[in-house]
Amino acid sequence: MSRPQPISSALAVSGPRRPPPERVTGIVAWLRTNLFNNMQNSVMTLLAVWALLVTLPGFVNWAVIEAVWITDDSRVCRAAAGACWAVITEKHRVMLFGTFPYDEHWRGVLVIAIVIGLSIFSAFKRFWSYWLFAGWIVAMVIILVLQLGGVFGLKETGTHDWGGLPLTLILFVGTVVGGLPMAVFLALGRRSDLPVIKSLCIGMIEITRGVPLITVLFMASLMFPLFVPEELTIDKVLRAQIAMMLFFGAYAAEIVRGGLQAIPRGQYEAADAAGLTYWQKTRKIILPQALRIVIPALMNDIIRAFKNTTFVSIIGLFDVFGATATALEDPLWVLYAPEAYMFIFLLYFCFCFSMAKYSEHIERDLAKGRNF
Amino acid sequence: MSFDGLWHNVGFRSFLYQILVIVVVVGTAIYMIGNAQVAMEKRGIATGFGFLTEEASFAIGETLISYDSSDTNIRAYMVAVSNTFKVSVVSVIGATVLGVLIGIARLSSNFLIFKFASFYIQLFRNTPQLVQIIFWYTLVIRLPHPKQAWSIYDWVFISNRGLIMAWPADNVAYAWVGLAFIIALGSAYGVVRWADARRRRTGRTLSVLWWNVGLVIGLPLLTWFALGSPTEMELPVFKAFNFTGGISLSPEFLALLLGLSLYIAAFIAEIVRSGIQAVSRGQIEAARSVGLGRIDLYMKVILPQALRVIVPPATAQYVSLTKNSSLGVAIGYPELFNVNNTITTLSGNTIECIGIMMAIYLSISFTISVIMNLYNRAVQIKEH
Repeated sequence: MSRPQPISSALAVSGPRRPPPERVTGIVAWLRTNLFNNMQNSVMTLLAVWALLVTLPGFVNWAVIEAVWITDDSRVCRAAAGACWAVITEKHRVMLFGTFPYDEHWRGVLVIAIVIGLSIFSAFKRFWSYWLFAGWIVAMVIILVLQLGGVFGLKETGTHDWGGLPLTLILFVGTVVGGLPMAVFLALGRRSDLPVIKSLCIGMIEITRGVPLITVLFMASLMFPLFVPEELTIDKVLRAQIAMMLFFGAYAAEIVRGGLQAIPRGQYEAADAAGLTYWQKTRKIILPQALRIVIPALMNDIIRAFKNTTFVSIIGLFDVFGATATALEDPLWVLYAPEAYMFIFLLYFCFCFSMAKYSEHIERDLAKGRNF
Repeated sequence: MSFDGLWHNVGFRSFLYQILVIVVVVGTAIYMIGNAQVAMEKRGIATGFGFLTEEASFAIGETLISYDSSDTNIRAYMVAVSNTFKVSVVSVIGATVLGVLIGIARLSSNFLIFKFASFYIQLFRNTPQLVQIIFWYTLVIRLPHPKQAWSIYDWVFISNRGLIMAWPADNVAYAWVGLAFIIALGSAYGVVRWADARRRRTGRTLSVLWWNVGLVIGLPLLTWFALGSPTEMELPVFKAFNFTGGISLSPEFLALLLGLSLYIAAFIAEIVRSGIQAVSRGQIEAARSVGLGRIDLYMKVILPQALRVIVPPATAQYVSLTKNSSLGVAIGYPELFNVNNTITTLSGNTIECIGIMMAIYLSISFTISVIMNLYNRAVQIKEH
């Protein structure tokens, strides 16, 4: 065994000089690790840059440089080589509020503000309580008053006048607020020990999930009126709303069921051992834990419910999308439908993207400290 | 037992509840059916399935099987279902190919590729499918007139009449070649299974790769030669106002195809990404340390485990795609929902028509989920 060498500076300089370490910061280093880290990636990068160079200038030219932004004369658009964004400024009132009386649009603006405001408020975990749920109920009442009118000196506007973004938001909120309790009951029913209730719930969930939403809406608008007494005519918007609730409820029920199954058996058994009744057990032990687990997955369904509100345009309601399609029937502006739809695209994207980002955040947040 | 004791008996109470539920459900059903009968009598709505064998007397824009307006309503339903299948199958293939590519791109270490994939996924997932379909339709019908159609070497023409492609003149021969290809694929799979079983039994490996390549290429090629090796292609030609010859895909079909496949591709991409990420690093490292090559690593370690995670949600997306092909009604593509609407209006048999349509959609969904469950059982981790 050799004696340990004393550490001396002579050792360090004895070998050949080593190159300095590679840079790990700065633009060059970033490019090297993210774009040119191997042969394959370098080729891909060059191809991607080439594709961008081919498409982007043309697009920018069309969308910005040659575009017409504001005009009330469609001939100006026809003369221009670029996009005609003027179709949006020209038609935005119809697109956003549908056939709602022009002078009453402020009521629609209020509805939009209430829904967005309360949604942002609900996003904070510290406000989650039964009061929040009550707040939504109160908000729904205010929204209904604003939309229906006829009281407090507001002009009466029936549901046939409803349209645009307020209608979209009302259908969305109604679907979620009404559909969630339904989903919970369906999920509980599906896991019930009572064979009749179990098979009823399974049948309901599976049949609804097995058909397209549009057929459920179609049934609600065409077939349902035949099945109720003639004196009882249920409003068209309400019928669509019920159909959307049912559809959302069936999908959400399967997610809630997943949450119920994820609760460890011990929780159920402990509740039984403590002598709680079925409803006490469900309300105080199972649901609070199960719902917490399924919130991220539910968010996906909630986002889908928002996107699915567009389907009501097929049965003749004027949600944002339906109202836009109507606005574009104007022969002067029909040519610029792609621009108008791009705007609608962006509008839906803003709503859905923020919900998706929120869902990612809440997923991380709720997963903290869970051990199953 | 006194009544009080009976009331506190769990079994008796649950029996009572269920009886109550049955009474309510059956009662509501009887009440509603009674209402429907009254309403239908008053409005003179026809009942029964007699209308199915009556003349349909309406035209359908595009048909896979022969049909004209003097055919029966049953035939019209068959045309509609075949159209639904046509657009769904092509869209499923498109969505899968694109989705897998974007899913892999999402895992790329290349910044640009990764960003592009994320952008695509966010954009298409967070906008309604119906808006997408209508948007593509407004673009497709704004393409140039057939006279100024964009063409690729006179083989493919793209115009506001849709996409027209050259097609083999001898259809029947190529159908046989296609069949031979499918049979060859099936037998190649059989050969692999047999070789695997033999290896397990005897311990001797047998490389079947080249045999299989030969089989898959050779059998269709042989069929082609046997049928006189037809090479003639039917080229589309512009005459007077429109194209003749070749096969054409209508603007409605194209818009629906784009709308269905681009939307679902975004979901498939996320599923593929999470599936690949679900394979734990330890598995990959273990495979490397026992000396598996790159191809074996992917084929025998990563893919089987990733597929187990990927297939169930992907199938759910395919079911959703098939159901959402009903959005074709918004742009006038004659799929099941659209044709059913026409038949409902013309015959007046509202309830029967909706019933038939629901039954067809349900059986499609159930068939796919049954196949899916069988597959799931086959790929589940088998612990001996």
